[in-house]
Amino acid sequence: MYQILKKRVLTPQTKLVVVRAPYVAEKAEPGQFVIVRVREEGERIPLTIADYSREEGTITLVFQEVGLTTKLLGLLEEGDAILDLVGPLGIPAQLPEAGVVVAVGGGVGVAPIYPKCKEMTKRGVRVISIIGARSQELLILEDEMREVSEELHVCTDDGSKGFHGFVSEKLKELLTAGLKPDEVIAVGPLPMMRATCEVTKPFGIKTWVSMNPIMVDGTGMCGACRVTVGGETKFCCVDGPMFDGHLVDWAEAIRRANMYRDEERIALERCAGCGGEKHV
Amino acid sequence: MSKRPGRVPMPVADPRERIKNFDQVALGYTEEMALTEASRCLNCKNPQCVTGCPVAVNIPAFISLLKEKKFREAIDKIKETNSLPAVCGRVCPQERQCEEKCILGRRGEPVAIGRLERFLADWEAKNGRSPVKKAPPKGKKVAVVGSGPAGLTCAADLAKLGYDVTIFESLHAPGGVLIYGIPEFRLPKAVVKREVEYVKGLGVDIQTNVVVGRSITIDDLFDRGFQAVFIGTGAGLPMFMHIPGENLNGVYSANEWLTRINLMKAYKFPEYDTPIKAGKRVAVVGAGNVAMDAVRCAVRLGAEKAMILYRRGREEMPARAEEVENAEQEGVEFHFLTNPVRIIGDDKGWVKAVECIRMELGEPDKSGRRRPIPVKGSEFTIDVDTVIMALGTTPNPILSRITPGLKAHDWGGLITDEATGRTTRRAVWAGGDAVTGSATVILAMGAGRTAAQDIHRYLESGSKDW
Repeated sequence: MYQILKKRVLTPQTKLVVVRAPYVAEKAEPGQFVIVRVREEGERIPLTIADYSREEGTITLVFQEVGLTTKLLGLLEEGDAILDLVGPLGIPAQLPEAGVVVAVGGGVGVAPIYPKCKEMTKRGVRVISIIGARSQELLILEDEMREVSEELHVCTDDGSKGFHGFVSEKLKELLTAGLKPDEVIAVGPLPMMRATCEVTKPFGIKTWVSMNPIMVDGTGMCGACRVTVGGETKFCCVDGPMFDGHLVDWAEAIRRANMYRDEERIALERCAGCGGEKHV
Repeated sequence: MSKRPGRVPMPVADPRERIKNFDQVALGYTEEMALTEASRCLNCKNPQCVTGCPVAVNIPAFISLLKEKKFREAIDKIKETNSLPAVCGRVCPQERQCEEKCILGRRGEPVAIGRLERFLADWEAKNGRSPVKKAPPKGKKVAVVGSGPAGLTCAADLAKLGYDVTIFESLHAPGGVLIYGIPEFRLPKAVVKREVEYVKGLGVDIQTNVVVGRSITIDDLFDRGFQAVFIGTGAGLPMFMHIPGENLNGVYSANEWLTRINLMKAYKFPEYDTPIKAGKRVAVVGAGNVAMDAVRCAVRLGAEKAMILYRRGREEMPARAEEVENAEQEGVEFHFLTNPVRIIGDDKGWVKAVECIRMELGEPDKSGRRRPIPVKGSEFTIDVDTVIMALGTTPNPILSRITPGLKAHDWGGLITDEATGRTTRRAVWAGGDAVTGSATVILAMGAGRTAAQDIHRYLESGSKDW
């Protein structure tokens, strides 16, 4: 069992937990993820590692309550434990040693971009961050991101804070104004990452995205996480999760992400009755 | 010559009923049936059956004990060389192993050795196990990577010899392919649990949720005081055909399909949280045991039409004969000499048909089976909403890629010395599908046993003899 040592409610739907997971903490690198299962009847879902401490033997997970499993996870409090947690999985992000990088994080995607910015800043890379959410209340990790960025731009879709618009639009503004980053890293919802890639493509800027498809085992066994990159089928769990965003087949990725939408709704409706009751 | 009586048929659940559930299909012999079947054994002086068994179970000896109703002694005889008889009795391809060599098979039906093995294993489950004789502790640690048939066997043998064994398993439940791959109706998970508990009872520590190669490396294991490592990581990477449309919604690898069903219990959704898209018209590509498992799961999930598409003919099917027969009884359609060339989607990206080409059989290929050749211009389509690729699997390359000194073939299989299971890296052994590519439970167990013996030899030599 993997005990939750600390919990922070970042927004009504977004929670941060610090979990005791010595094996994962020992080996984790930015860009990697874990698979969790929260109850005996539970499914296995991937969550990106948002931070880790080798000394404490802990990792940090940030998740948005969108489906049954993340809802159940959100019900866990400090002292409770996650039933199963395995990792670190996936290939660590190949981060540059120098130069200028724009880090774009949308919604809960700000969490996985944080450890990358932290590592790049440590290495001396100039990190310019753009983070966004639908509105001010849903914005997460602003202070943390400010600490690991030379420059931080905040965006909200409704204009309640910072730039009024999408993170991709802010990026376009910066690039048009003459910013010339060596690369861009974008993490967030699929439409946001796609939009970011559409912005950078005409400028010819290498753009890395972190894919987060449906997974089962997370170790290359099932192929549920197939993504087409440059016309080739890749397994996100073992070949990714970071890919060249200009080569990703976004329409396919979005279609595959919605494969179980009906079932996800059924599972949630069933859970609606569970209220605050813990199902673990 | 008068015709000898045939083998006692295996009682099976009624096909009309069993297709509605995941309960066990083959119900097992009663004591009376087992005694009748055992009486057919000639107790040959020079028993060929034993040569057909990858772990050389002393078959005539256990059958003789069974005839005398010495069930305890009979099961213990099997367990001298086979630590998972309840599993083997259910899933071994006996018709190509022990039973193929049975002298009775020349003029009639061979003795149903597998069914007798299963009878005894199930008898033991009801009546309790004999206490295990364990050697005194040696104070030496051995790590086993993977808790499938190879790893469980290797761990059990080493524990009995007095070693301190830890198994590292990447999934949340031990058992490997026995738990994620083979469905409940063929191998009940309670049987697997029982076998795993037996291995734990020998003192083996099983650590789930640890991916060796990611969570911990082979080098870390040596740093932590393990003196030998056995790799039994199986062949987990699913193969695809690389044809257009393979990433459409509704196309599964057999591994994903079966893992969702067996390990995650998607057939109980929404009681269990993992969903599955159970189609009404399901095509499974391939004709091995995995394909049979996949298609029979589809039937149970409510498919109106469940089909096997196979590029060769009936004779060439690699599946166990009993499973093909079970599938036919359950209404599965077999389309032989049929090979998919393209999967066609609807405007929303879901599978709606599969385009196939007719094949004909040419000269025998490397496998000894006649090579299928496409018939030009014979393309046709079959309407389906689900396609499952059961084309075989290859070993996961993670470990060989990141472990210094551990060499693999291009196709991913670890390079080992067959007689000992030694890999190219000192103090590291491997066996099972990780070495051979997808094969059988019993071959994996045989490899686990071979490696355990050599690990013992090596450690007894003071880690000098390599």
